[in-house]
Amino acid sequence: MVQLTLPKNSRMRVGKTWPKPDGATNVRRFNIYRWDPDTGENPRIDTYFIDLDKCGPMVLDALIKIKNEIDPTLTFRRSCREGICGSCAMNIDGGNRLACIFGIDEVKGKDVNIYPLPHMPVVKDLIPDLTHFYAQHASVQPYLQTETPTPAKEWRQSIEDRKKLDGLYECVMCASCSTACPSYWWNGDRYLGPAALLHAYRWIIDSRDEATGERLDSLEDPFKLYRCHTIMNCTNTCPKGLNPAKAIASIKHMMVERIV
Amino acid sequence: MRYITPRKAAEGLGSAHSGTQHHWAMTVTGVALAILTPLFMIVIARAIGLPRELVLAYFGRPFQALITGFFIIVGMLHFIKGTRIMIDDYFQGGVRKAAVIISVIFGWAVIALTVYALARMGLGAIVVL
Repeated sequence: MVQLTLPKNSRMRVGKTWPKPDGATNVRRFNIYRWDPDTGENPRIDTYFIDLDKCGPMVLDALIKIKNEIDPTLTFRRSCREGICGSCAMNIDGGNRLACIFGIDEVKGKDVNIYPLPHMPVVKDLIPDLTHFYAQHASVQPYLQTETPTPAKEWRQSIEDRKKLDGLYECVMCASCSTACPSYWWNGDRYLGPAALLHAYRWIIDSRDEATGERLDSLEDPFKLYRCHTIMNCTNTCPKGLNPAKAIASIKHMMVERIV
Repeated sequence: MRYITPRKAAEGLGSAHSGTQHHWAMTVTGVALAILTPLFMIVIARAIGLPRELVLAYFGRPFQALITGFFIIVGMLHFIKGTRIMIDDYFQGGVRKAAVIISVIFGWAVIALTVYALARMGLGAIVVL
């Protein structure tokens, strides 16, 4: 049954407010979700004040500054700092973003509110547990499958067929789209979600792949595919500007082509 | 603790190999309702204010009876498919199964009653209740 309220042990409380930096004039307030599984306490919202004159422009710069200079216990994932690895996906100012490419000045609210990606189990602070998400990605078999013997040199592909992969191969698996999808919130155990389905379509549409029928067979399911109701949150939130909803619609279109 | 791998959890029971017919049926009934709904509104609007005997005679005419019949039947088929989607979204386990059964029974009951009523009016077997 769908849950409309948070369980008691997930309800947030007011946390610690750290002191403002001395002498700073350009200060912005950061409210950050904190939860430590080792304490057994409920999550809390800690408040930090950042001197923007001494901080980089991106939200990740502020998080790193907090960790380095204010509170070393703050936990988050980050790696490439240029929107390629997808590690620092989190909920910033009400939307799922990559902290490394989302500017502090893009935050519309007065304060910068930062939470982990929504509706996922939390490992600690801003780190969601993406185990199931990655397993769903693996389940769509995101690799080339062929029956024809491998050519001596290479699998050839026309320029036109290669263009069909644009807007699909760029996905960095940050999980922003899937965790923005209400259908994934309610039925994430069975619904593959926008990210996995975008990757599935990336291989379905690949002119070199020979497992198209098997791929469509495995996706034809009321829950794996048809939980998508074209809500479009995935497309709205994708930090890479991709369109998972269109990919899912294309899969549905191919499914209909098989029966009509 | 469940000692199953994440991949097994993601695979679940595998594909049901269904859903496309449901998706296509929703599309077809949706398009049909886009055409039938304005026609049904016109039919209903013209019957408003008529005395009972004239209403019975009105719905006994072929055009009015067919439009009403098609609208209710297609609408209920759309309802059954649509509520299934909502039930699948928000319910689980036994509650989901029970809700699906109730939805299907309700939809087909409305269809049966509509066909029965229209047949009686069309065949002139008017019974004053």
